[in-house]
Amino acid sequence: MRHVETLSGAASVTDRMHVSEQELAAVWRAIASVVDPEIPVVSVVELGIVRSVERVAGAWEVTVTPTYSGCPATRVIEDDIRTAIAAAVGERAQVMTALAPAWTTDWIAPEGLAKLRAAGIAPPGATASHDVPVTTRAVTFGRPRPAVACPNCGSLRTAELARFGSTACKAQYRCADCLEPFDYFKPH
Amino acid sequence: MCGNGQLFDYLLRLGDNGLVLAQRLGEWVGKGPVLEEDIASTNVGLDLLGQARLWLAYAGEIEARDGKPGRSEDQLAYQRDSASYRNLLLVEQPNGNYADTIARQFLFDQWHVLLLGQLTLSQDERIAGIAAKAVKEARYHVERSTDWVVRLGDGTELSHARMQAAIDALWMYTGEMFAVDATERALVDAGIAADAAALEPHWRSAVQGTFDEATLAVPTDSWMQGTRERGGKQGVHTEHLSHMLAVMQSLPRAHPNAQW
Repeated sequence: MRHVETLSGAASVTDRMHVSEQELAAVWRAIASVVDPEIPVVSVVELGIVRSVERVAGAWEVTVTPTYSGCPATRVIEDDIRTAIAAAVGERAQVMTALAPAWTTDWIAPEGLAKLRAAGIAPPGATASHDVPVTTRAVTFGRPRPAVACPNCGSLRTAELARFGSTACKAQYRCADCLEPFDYFKPH
Repeated sequence: MCGNGQLFDYLLRLGDNGLVLAQRLGEWVGKGPVLEEDIASTNVGLDLLGQARLWLAYAGEIEARDGKPGRSEDQLAYQRDSASYRNLLLVEQPNGNYADTIARQFLFDQWHVLLLGQLTLSQDERIAGIAAKAVKEARYHVERSTDWVVRLGDGTELSHARMQAAIDALWMYTGEMFAVDATERALVDAGIAADAAALEPHWRSAVQGTFDEATLAVPTDSWMQGTRERGGKQGVHTEHLSHMLAVMQSLPRAHPNAQW
């Protein structure tokens, strides 16, 4: 048994079978090529849902944690990971699901946050709640919420249009300055 | 002492609540009052359905522990009749008008958040893990349903009247959420289930706070349905559930084991 530093920074244990650093890195690269089908600008690794990669009894075992319980992308992601590993190293892989600890948007990698912003999606935590005491009243109704910075112009004069957006993980906002509507990846 | 049979039953209660309410919310697809609400209802339903899959999959594994063939989540969802469903009477009530839907959601969400919060402390690690995942989603749901109760309650004369009527009509189904039968008692004593009775004061205070803000009156308690161990948790349902299941199960029952 030995500990291997994974790309996500978490230490995982491989089994006694000999796994070279190169092999493991190749598998991680393959997984990192898989994107979230509903947000195809971030990889599943950047999204922070890949918890570990291990070699167990002659096959790769990848553990992922779902974002939302009902996220319809989960199945597609599992298939894509298996396909990517088979294509990269020609070996079988099994994708396991770990619920605990529960996924949180804090696990999205910094480069993932930057890519979300570049794609016009305000990343989670892009609120003013900690530094600037700005709150925004939702356009329709509801209690004031922390202001979310517009991914287009950076303005904090934004308002929530709807609590839910195009996917389970997003809400809809609009910027009062540049007038762009945008998705907000909800902190979770 | 608690057995696998009791745990199986409890997991069905947890899973069926999500499954049945998700199906009800799904009935709004394509005819929500506004597009945003259409999407919101569906998204809340999707979360609840995802949670139901986790509970029912675990239920099937527990069932297999007694040497029986454990059923899959799909078999449990599509091949049980209403008398084998263990959901609360509240969640099977029809959608009605939008105030009815929101009232049902609000009364459930307030309870669901409290219940899941307690279940994160369960001695059963699997239950604690699912609850820790689900409670984050439930917290978001209750924010939305609370906003709507206030909006409709403290809205126009018509919206206020409809919101109050919806709450008055559903109130008799709320007592069941806090009724603890022998099955739950055994699991509570084993540190596995949440003590639903202990949630009631917290639920009442949250509901009272929202109703005050919404200028709504808390209904006077009268007869509570399903509280004498003859309710949804024991498989005794209102007539609405079987109609709903007939629609939900028609395809898998007409084409068993169909694949696509």
